[in-house]
Amino acid sequence: MEHLSEKDRERLALTGLEVGMQNRCGSFFQVDQKVIQTTCGAEGIEMLPIAVALEKYDWVKDYYWNAVPKDKDKYTQYLAKQENPQGLVVIAQPGAKIEMPLQACLFLREEPVQHVHNIFIAREGSEINIISGCASSWQKEHGAHIGVTEIYVGKGAKVTSTMIHNWNPGISVFPRSAIIVEEDGTFLSNYVCMQPVKQINMYPTARLVGKNAVARFSSIVVATPGSILDLGSRTILAAEHTSTELVTRAITTGGKVISRGHVLGEKDNTRGHIECKGLILKDGIIHAIPEIEGTLTGTELSHEAAVGKIARQEIEYLMARGLSEEEATATIIRGFLDVKISGLPPVLQAQIDAAIDKAESGF
Amino acid sequence: MLDISDLHVSVDGTEVLHDINLHIGQGETHVLMGPNGSGKSTLLKAVMGFGGYAITSGSIVFKGKDITNVPIHERAHLGIGMMFQHPPAISGLKLGKLLVATSHMEKDAIEALAQSVNMDHFLDRDINVGFSGGEIKRSEVLQLKAQQPDFIMLDEPESGVDLENMNLMGKEIAALLEKDIHIVNRQRSGLIITHTGYILDYLEADQGHVLINGQIRCHGNPREILRVVKEKGYGECLRCKQM
Repeated sequence: MEHLSEKDRERLALTGLEVGMQNRCGSFFQVDQKVIQTTCGAEGIEMLPIAVALEKYDWVKDYYWNAVPKDKDKYTQYLAKQENPQGLVVIAQPGAKIEMPLQACLFLREEPVQHVHNIFIAREGSEINIISGCASSWQKEHGAHIGVTEIYVGKGAKVTSTMIHNWNPGISVFPRSAIIVEEDGTFLSNYVCMQPVKQINMYPTARLVGKNAVARFSSIVVATPGSILDLGSRTILAAEHTSTELVTRAITTGGKVISRGHVLGEKDNTRGHIECKGLILKDGIIHAIPEIEGTLTGTELSHEAAVGKIARQEIEYLMARGLSEEEATATIIRGFLDVKISGLPPVLQAQIDAAIDKAESGF
Repeated sequence: MLDISDLHVSVDGTEVLHDINLHIGQGETHVLMGPNGSGKSTLLKAVMGFGGYAITSGSIVFKGKDITNVPIHERAHLGIGMMFQHPPAISGLKLGKLLVATSHMEKDAIEALAQSVNMDHFLDRDINVGFSGGEIKRSEVLQLKAQQPDFIMLDEPESGVDLENMNLMGKEIAALLEKDIHIVNRQRSGLIITHTGYILDYLEADQGHVLINGQIRCHGNPREILRVVKEKGYGECLRCKQM
């Protein structure tokens, strides 16, 4: 980490990377295609570079290109062709529970393309929090990041995945993620991107295959001028008594946000809800495309979406209490972005709050 | 404290208030009555400085300073406060956070203040989101208690409030207006819009005004005006003016 410039360290810190490992029980750090660090001090949890994991445990290959198909699209095909796959494998043994997050940091510095393949396996009854910070060097003008992440949430297990992005205006990003959740398992995803980027395109899919499985996706994004954020999340309610919630808060200050969402209810006693709220601060595009699809009487699906500007009445209300127009606007935006996610450890919430604070000063 | 002279106010290009003159001295509480749609709330909003209420002529002077064209928050800093009748609900903005932002008080002090109006369980709630009528009023009073304005405008403090809450509200508003201090030493002033006059069960008002069709038609003893309106309606005020 010593060979990073001060500026790059700051950029990484914004994605949640704790260089000194405070509040972290494990760490994985990949710069371009090189794994710099893999350490993990938590009992029952293993963090390994993917090449090492595939060699060490024969069974890991059963999880490799399983949730995400190799031929999904040209990006997965590109990754599947790589001879030296890089990325992180996390294995949580049955019953292993840690609240303190594991961090995975992917840093794009010099190469034109960074590709990673991550696999998170939470065995029965285990609980893990993973914070993935993805960033590019401040001097990196163009480049692409392609990442496949396969997450397997075992019976009664819980995985919280928090991803904070901090790219540059010339970087294109193509995450391809899929999650399989078994009986009584819980998957929580938090995604934050509030800094300029050329393009982000992703549509993670959670498949709830066991009874009582739950998936929640929350996204907080800001599209600055020139940024195109094509984001979505999808849950397939493939077992009885499963439920899901997809929540998005999107702001445009001149860029484009496409907020997709899809819930497919295909078993009885299933519930799903999509909520997208968009705030247009400066002329830009927020395009919400929520889809709910039910195939039988026992599924209950709903969605709500709203796009607009801040109501003048709200700003004036706060001004009447003594806040200036700028302070009132920032206070309302802060509230708008404040999506509290139940079950999120305070340290991760603090990380998200910090990302919001940082962006807020730019509004 | 407040001097309104020859004030004309238009909303969406239509004049709503015509030639309003009103003087409220230090320590005085005035009551503003009038039928629905007569322009009472418009007057309060124009004094607060809200957009959409265009002052086409006349002036508003507060503590000797002409505030006719001063932005809302500067009026608040000068000491003008307002209890809203229909405040907006702002999702995500916690009542407690707003109080911290506007009052610069410590967390403990805010909690104690919230307890005094039974709002301590609402500090972590989004402001006005799903609040009942009484809760909205208590939240407004709490915000004013944190703000401590010298001049308070109250837009129908009784509306949507049950008896128990009315009792609490009445006492709190009386305290905000320093009714426990003798008039000679009282610093705070107020302007209260009321239809029912229930607020007068909790505090004395010094003057009453009747606003009809955007004009102040009469001034006088608030209780007397209330009695006449109760008995004969606002028509009597119109006839009275013509005599």
